[in-house]
Amino acid sequence: MQEGDFVRRIQSLGVSSDTRKILALDYGLISILISLCSVGVLIIFSATGQDSFFVKRQASFMVIGFCLMCAMAQVPPRVWERWAPVLYAIGILLLGLVLSFGVEANGAKRWLDLGFIRLQPSELMKVILPLMISSYISRSAIPPNFKTIFVSLTLILLPVFLVINQPDLGTALLISVSGLIVLFLSGIGRFYIISGLILATAAIPSFWLFVMRDYQKQRVLTMFNPEADKLGSGWNIIQSTTAIGSGGWHGKGWTHGTQSQLNFLPESHTDFIIAVLAEEFGLVGVITLLCLFLILVGRCISISMNSESMFGRLLAASIGFTVFVFVLVNLAMVSGVLPVVGAPLPFVSYGGTAIVTLFAGFGILMSISKDSEVTRRKN
Amino acid sequence: MSTYTFIDFEAIRKLFIKRILISSIITLVLATLIMARFFDLQVTRHQDFVTQSDNNRLHVRPVSPTRGLIYDKNGKLLADNRSTYNLTVVTERSKDLDKLLADLSELIHISENDVNEFKKRVDRRRPYENTTLKYDLTEQDRSILAVNSFRLPGAEVSARLTRYYPMEHMFAHALGYVGRINEEEMQVIDPLKYSGTDSIGRIGVEKQYENYLLGQVGSEHVETNARGRVMRLVSKTDPQPGQNLTLHLDSNLQKIAYDALKSYRSALVAIDINSGGILAMVSTPSYNPNAFVSGVGISHYADLVNSADRPLFNRALRGQYPPGSTIKPMLGLIALSEEIVTAEQTIDDSGYFYLDGVLRPWRDHNAKKGGHGANVNLARAIVESCDVYFYNMSTQMDIDLLASKSKLFSLGEKTNIDIPGERAGIMPDRNWKKNQLGEAWFDGDTVNASIGQGFMLATPIQLAVMTARLASNGKMISPRLLRDIDGVPTEPKNDASNILEIDTLHWDYVHQAMQDVIHSPTGTANKISRGLSYKMAGKTGTAQVVSIDADVEYDKTKINERQWDHALFIAFAPAENPQIAVALVVENGGHGSVTAAPIVRKIIDEFMGTAANESVALR
Repeated sequence: MQEGDFVRRIQSLGVSSDTRKILALDYGLISILISLCSVGVLIIFSATGQDSFFVKRQASFMVIGFCLMCAMAQVPPRVWERWAPVLYAIGILLLGLVLSFGVEANGAKRWLDLGFIRLQPSELMKVILPLMISSYISRSAIPPNFKTIFVSLTLILLPVFLVINQPDLGTALLISVSGLIVLFLSGIGRFYIISGLILATAAIPSFWLFVMRDYQKQRVLTMFNPEADKLGSGWNIIQSTTAIGSGGWHGKGWTHGTQSQLNFLPESHTDFIIAVLAEEFGLVGVITLLCLFLILVGRCISISMNSESMFGRLLAASIGFTVFVFVLVNLAMVSGVLPVVGAPLPFVSYGGTAIVTLFAGFGILMSISKDSEVTRRKN
Repeated sequence: MSTYTFIDFEAIRKLFIKRILISSIITLVLATLIMARFFDLQVTRHQDFVTQSDNNRLHVRPVSPTRGLIYDKNGKLLADNRSTYNLTVVTERSKDLDKLLADLSELIHISENDVNEFKKRVDRRRPYENTTLKYDLTEQDRSILAVNSFRLPGAEVSARLTRYYPMEHMFAHALGYVGRINEEEMQVIDPLKYSGTDSIGRIGVEKQYENYLLGQVGSEHVETNARGRVMRLVSKTDPQPGQNLTLHLDSNLQKIAYDALKSYRSALVAIDINSGGILAMVSTPSYNPNAFVSGVGISHYADLVNSADRPLFNRALRGQYPPGSTIKPMLGLIALSEEIVTAEQTIDDSGYFYLDGVLRPWRDHNAKKGGHGANVNLARAIVESCDVYFYNMSTQMDIDLLASKSKLFSLGEKTNIDIPGERAGIMPDRNWKKNQLGEAWFDGDTVNASIGQGFMLATPIQLAVMTARLASNGKMISPRLLRDIDGVPTEPKNDASNILEIDTLHWDYVHQAMQDVIHSPTGTANKISRGLSYKMAGKTGTAQVVSIDADVEYDKTKINERQWDHALFIAFAPAENPQIAVALVVENGGHGSVTAAPIVRKIIDEFMGTAANESVALR
C-alpha cells in the first residue's frame, strides 16, 4: 500500500516510531484534503472578483481546521466513541439555540452569532450525527436489532426536525442521509431497508403538503421548468447551467469565466462554486475534482476496512460516503438535476463552519487510521 | 465486544464488506450519472450555452449619428447640433423602477408628463437601451445626480447632441424643426434606422431632407455584467454622420425681410430667377423652433396654437390670398398673346363698369372719383392699376382659357417647392365652380377674376413663382430651397424650356409696364423709385378682405383692423436682365404700394448691392 510505503520512508528518515505515534497523521489523507482546499481557494479567488478578503478568511479557517484535525487525530478513537453523546447533546443544544437566538438571513435562521464568529450548528451536525450513530450502534447489538434501529432513527430525527424548522430542508435531508448511511453500513436487515424506502416514498405527498413551505415547493417546480420564471426563481439554475455549459471541455480560463466574473452566477463562491470551476476549467476540471473526491472516499473506505473496531469501521466509511453524497447533491443541484437546496461543496465552497467541521471529522478519521495501524503493529 | 464469538465477528465483517461494496457501487454509478449530466451540458450542448452566455453579457447598443448641418448660401450655420445632458434609465438595471423614479423625483424636478412620456418610450424600446426620462438637465441637476449616482442603479446622465437653431424665429418656417419621435411616426419609420435617435424632422427642410440629414446609426458591442453595467467595449461600428445641406437661402435677405415684417402678419418669398433657388422665405409672426426640439411644453404649445396671429401657420406656403391687382401683368400678357386686346386699344374709364343684366356696377378701386379718365391702354392699366380696363377686357375672355394659361404661371397649381405643406390656391374655371359650388359660371365671376378677386386665391410662393416666370419671359422656373448636399450641387429641377410661346414684343411690353409701375410718375409704386440705382419692375396689389359696396367708400378707420385690405407687391430686378423675383403679402396691410413695396425694395436693394459687389470682386 502506498500509504505504508510513505510512512516507512519517513521511518527510514530516522523518525522514531514514538514521535510518529505522537504525530499520528495520515499523510495520504492530508495531501488529498490540501489539494481540495487549494482548488477551493483558487476558485473562491476567481469567483469573488479577485478579492483577497474571502480568500484570506477561507484560508484562515482552513488553517484553523487543519490544526484542529491534527490535534483531534492525536486523541484515540475510544475517547471519541465515549464522548460522542456529549458532542451530540451540544449539537442539539446549539440547534435549539439557533431556533430561538439565531441570526436571520434570507428568511431562515441558520447562524449563531458568537460575537467574534458566526457558527452554523447544522454544519456541525453533519459530522456529529454519524459520530453519534456509529458510537451508539457499535455499542449495541450488531447487526442492529429493532430497538437499536428505533433509537438510532430517533437520534437522527431529532436534529433533522430542528433543522427543518430553521427552515433548511436541504441541510436537514443531508443530515438525515449522514445518519442513515451509518445504519445501512451497520448491516440492518433487508426488511428494514425495504420497508424504510416504502415508508419514505409513501411519506412524500404528506411531506409536500404539510412540511414543505411554498418557496421550497417553488424550487422543486423550478427545477422542472426553469424558463417559467427566468428572472426570478429560475435565474440561478439558468445562469449556473449556462456557466457550466459554456465552459466546454477546457473552460474559459481561470478568472476568465464571463458568467461568474460578470456576476450572472449567483452564490458563485459558496453553493454554486462548481459552476465557476466548470466554466473556467471545463469538464476536465470537473472530472479532476470528482476524481479527487473519489480518491478521498477510497481512502476513507481503506481506513474503514483496516480498522479493528466496529466504531472505527462505521465512522470512517460513513464519513467518506457522507462527504461524497454532499458532493453529488451539490453537483446535481448546480447542474439543475436536483432542486436548489443549501448544499455547499465540501472543502471547496466558502464557509467557515463547514470547513472546520469537515476537518474535525477527518481528524477523528485519522485517529482511527493511526489507531488501527498501531494495533496491527502490536499484533 | 469481547463477549461475541469469533464466528459472529467474521459474519459481521462480511456483511459490512458487502454493504461497503454496495455503497461503493452506488457511489460510482451516481458519480457516472452526474458526470454524464456535466458531459451533456459541457460537450453536447456546449455551443448552445456559449451562445446563451454571450447573449447574457454582450449587448449591441446603437450609437446615434450626428445630424447633418444646414447652411445658408453664404455658409452661415442655420441648424447646428449642441451638447445637452439628458437623464436616461436602463430599466433592466434598476431592480425596482418605481422606487428609482421616486428617488429621482426627490432629487430633481421630474414632471408627471416626463414620467408618462418615459413610460411610453420604455414600452417600445429594446432591451438594455437607454430611455430618456428628462431632457436638457441643468448644471445643478447634473451635479445632484452625480453625487447620488451610487444609489440610483440604472439611471445615468448621458450627453447627447441636440438640434439647435441659432437664428431662432427667423428661419423657422423654411427650416422647420426636429421633434421627439411620436407614436404616429413610430408606426412609419424604420426602427432600426432610428435606434440611436429620438428625434425626427417634423416640417420644413428638416422633414423634407430627413433621409440626408439623419445619417446612419452606428453600433457598439459592449460587455455588461448581470446588473447591466457596461464593463468594456468589445467592438464598435462608427455611425455615419448625416449629410450637410446648403440652401439657396441668404441670411442677409432673410434678416432684412424678417426684421421688416416681424410686427405684421405677412409672408415674403424671394426667388433667384437663374436657379429657382429661394433666397428668402419669411412668414410672420414666427416662433422659436428650439422650443420643439426636446418637446415643447403643453402651455407654450397651447399659446402658439391659440394665438390669433397663428405663428405656427406658414403663410408663405399655406396662406391663400386673393392676388388682387398683382395678376394684371400676367392677364395682360395672356390677353395680348391671345389677341384679345392690342397694345393700342384704349378705353375710357369713368370709374365704374356695368355688365349687361347686372344692376350694380363694379367700381375701380384704384382711382379717385371719376376714374382713370380717357385713353387708358393696357400699359396704363397696369401702371395705374386700372380695374375698369380689366373689367372690360374680361368680357372678351373665356374663363377656361384664362385659367389654363394662368396655371402655367403656377396659379392654382402647386409650385412643388421642396418642402412639404404647400397649398394649391384656387384658379377658378367653369368646372371648378360646378364641382365646388354646384353653380354655373357667370360673366360677373370673370369680371371679379380679372382683378384677382372673387374665387381666386394664391399663396405667396405662387405669386413669387408667377413673378419669376413673368420676369424670365416664361421660363419654367421651379422654386427650390436645397442647393448642395455635402458640397455637391443638386440637380436643378429647372428646365430651360418656356412655359408658353409668346412673342418677345409682348413680354417687353408687359415688362416695360411693370417697370413704369415703379419708375413712371403715375406708377402706383412710384414712391419707392427714389434713389433707385437700378431698374425695378413690379406690381402693387390690394386684396379685399370684406366686400364693400361699390357706392361706399373704403375707409380704414371705420372697420376692424383684421378686415383691412391685404397689401401685396410683386417685383423683379434688374428690369432689363431679371435676377431676382419677390412677392410679398402683408395681411391687413392696406394698399400694396404703402406697406409692401418699400419692404420689397429693401430686399432687392440688398440683393443688388451684394450682386454688384460680387461682380466687382470678380473683375
